[in-house]
Amino acid sequence: MDLSPPVQFDLHRRMVRIRVFEEAAGRLAEANKLPGFLHLYVGEEAVAAGVCAALNDDDHITSTHRGHGHLVAKGGDFNRMMAELMGKSTGMCKGKGGSMHISDLSLGMLGANGIVGAGSPIAVGAAFANKYRGRGQVAVAFFGDGATNIGAFHEAANMACALHLPIVFACENNEYGEFTPRSATMAITDIVDRAAGYGMPGVIIDGMDVVAVHEATLEAVARARAGGGPSLIEAKTYRFYNHHGIQNLGLKYRPDDEVAQWKERDPIFTFEDRMIENGTMTRDRVDEIWAGLRGEIEVAIKFAEDSPLPTPDQILVDVYTSMTGAAQ
Amino acid sequence: MSEVRKLTYGGAFNEAVRQAMEADENIFCAGEDIGAFGGVFGTYLGLQAKFGAHRVVDTPISEQAIVGLGIGAAVTGLRPIVDLMFMDFICVAFDQIVNQAAKLKYMFGGEATMPLTITTGGGAGLSAAAQHSQSLEAILCHIPGLKVVYPSNPYDMKGLMTACIRENNPTIMVKHKRLLGMSAHVPEENYEIPLGKANIMRAGTDVTVIAYGRMANETLVAAEKLAADGIECEVIDPRTLQPLDTDSIVESARKTHKVLVVHEAVKFGGLGAEIASQIHELAFDYLDAPVARIGAPFSPVPFSPALEQHYLPDAASIEAGIRNLVQRS
Repeated sequence: MDLSPPVQFDLHRRMVRIRVFEEAAGRLAEANKLPGFLHLYVGEEAVAAGVCAALNDDDHITSTHRGHGHLVAKGGDFNRMMAELMGKSTGMCKGKGGSMHISDLSLGMLGANGIVGAGSPIAVGAAFANKYRGRGQVAVAFFGDGATNIGAFHEAANMACALHLPIVFACENNEYGEFTPRSATMAITDIVDRAAGYGMPGVIIDGMDVVAVHEATLEAVARARAGGGPSLIEAKTYRFYNHHGIQNLGLKYRPDDEVAQWKERDPIFTFEDRMIENGTMTRDRVDEIWAGLRGEIEVAIKFAEDSPLPTPDQILVDVYTSMTGAAQ
Repeated sequence: MSEVRKLTYGGAFNEAVRQAMEADENIFCAGEDIGAFGGVFGTYLGLQAKFGAHRVVDTPISEQAIVGLGIGAAVTGLRPIVDLMFMDFICVAFDQIVNQAAKLKYMFGGEATMPLTITTGGGAGLSAAAQHSQSLEAILCHIPGLKVVYPSNPYDMKGLMTACIRENNPTIMVKHKRLLGMSAHVPEENYEIPLGKANIMRAGTDVTVIAYGRMANETLVAAEKLAADGIECEVIDPRTLQPLDTDSIVESARKTHKVLVVHEAVKFGGLGAEIASQIHELAFDYLDAPVARIGAPFSPVPFSPALEQHYLPDAASIEAGIRNLVQRS
C-alpha cells in the first residue's frame, strides 16, 4: 500500500461513515420508521469511498437507486440525509425525494436515481459542461452491472467517447440485477468487455479493496482531467443485504455460502486488518472512529425525528421556478 | 427597414437561437445533423460555422443521451438547446424527459435549475407516415415540470423561442414542419413573448375558436370565409400549451358563449379535452352549447396523401364545425 496514512484514514472514514449510516437506516426501516423503499449499500463501501476520495468537491457524480453510499462518500451531511429518509422538511430534498432521489448539488452529487441506467446520460451532460467550461472538473457515473443492459447506458458510453468527454464510468458489479443473477441476463462475465466497444479503456478491480478502487480511480480521473477521455472501471463487489431492505422476505435467490464468502471479505474489516498490520492504525483507534461516527448517527436520527414534517402547502412548491436566466 | 423585413418560421427560430448564443456563452446546441448540415429542416443552418463545433454539437443518433446531455449540462450551469428532430423521437427519450428533466428540481427539493430547451418538429401533412408525423403535445402537457410551446407563425416563433431559452425550467419547443417555410414580418431586434400568454389572433363576438400550431392558421382562413356570412369568430392561439392561458380562454368563452377547440392531434385525450373541461368548469353558465372539438381520428397518421388529407382537419372542416356550432344556439 503506497497510499499515505492520511489518505488511508480518509478512505477508512468514508467507508465507516457509509456503513454506520446504512446500518442505522436498515434498523429504522425494520422498525417501520422509514417510508418507502430502501436500497442499502452495505458491502459495497469500498467502491463509493475509493472513487469519491479521488474527486474534488466540484467534480460531479451521478448515482443509482442504491445511492446513499455515494452521497455519504462525497461528504453528505448525516442530519439532512437521515431527515430526507424520514420525509422531513429539513431533509436534503425537503422530503420531496427520499432515499431514491437523495442528492446534494453543492457537493456535485446529481442525484440517486429510481430509473436503472438513467444517471449515465446525465453524467455525460455534466462532463460536457465541465469540458465546455475548461476548469478541469470531471464527472463520474456510478451504475450497477444490471444498468449495462439498458439502452441509456450504451447511448451515454458511446456519446461520451464520441465527444471525448472527461468522465469515468464506475460499474459496481454486485452480480445481481435486483433478484436475478448476472449470468441469466448477459452472456459475458465481465462488464469491462463492453468498454472496448465504445473505444475506451477499461479495468477490472477488486471492489472489496478500497485501495485498489482508489488507485484505479486516480488513474482514470487523471486521464479525464488531462483530456484523455472516458474510461470504465469495473469493481467486483457484493451487496450484503437484500435488493431493498435487510431481509430477503423469505425468498432465497443467493446461496448462503456465496453470501458468507463475500462477507468474509468485508471491505472495511479487511482494510482495518491491513492498516493495523502495517502499523498505520491501532485497534483502539479503529474502535474510537466507529464509536465517534455511531454517535454522529444517533445525533442525526434525533435531528431527523425532531424535525417537522413538510406541510401540504409544499406540494406545489418547486415544480417550476419563476426565475429566468440567460444574458441578454 | 426592419418594419418590412420578412423571415420564415424556420428562419425566425434560427435567428432567436443565434441572437441568444451571441449574448450568452453558456448557451450551446446539440442534436443529430444540426452542426455541419444545419439540421434536417435547416433550422440550425449556419450556427456551427458561426459559433464553432464546441457550441453547436453533432451528436450520435441517441435521443436518450441527447436529452441526458442537456439535463446534466443544465443542472451544472449551462443553458442547453437540444434537438430531437421529429416529435415522434420524444418517445425514444421519454425517460430522460419525463422521469429526469421534468422532476429533478422537485425531487431535489428545489435545488436544481433546469434551463433546458428541447426543440422538435411536430405535425403531419408531409406523407411522413406514422412515426414522423405525430402531435404528441398532450402527453407532454400532462407532465408536471415541463413547459410546452407551439408557435403558429414566424413572429411568435422568434419571441417564444427567445423566451424558452431564457426559461429556467425544461421547455419543449414544437416547430410545426409544415410551417417552416411560412414567411412574415419578424423584427430584427431581439424580443420575447412571455410563456403562458395566449394571442387573440382575431377578435369576434359569435364564437370562440381555440387552435394552435398550423391549425391556428387554418382557423383564420375559415374565420375569414365565415365573416363574409356575418359570423364573427374570435380566434385564440394559446401559443404556450403548458402553462395554458386559461384566463384568456375563459374570458372569451363568457363573451361568445360558444367554443370550438381545434387540433391536429387525435381527438381522444387531446388538449381539446382539457380545454373543454376547464371551460365547462369555469364558464358553464355562459355557454349556449357544449364546447365542441375537432381533432384527428383515432388512428396512426396514414402515409398516402389520399388518406392523410382526410385525416387532418383543415380550413374547410373547421368552417363546417363552426357553422354547426353556431346553429346550435
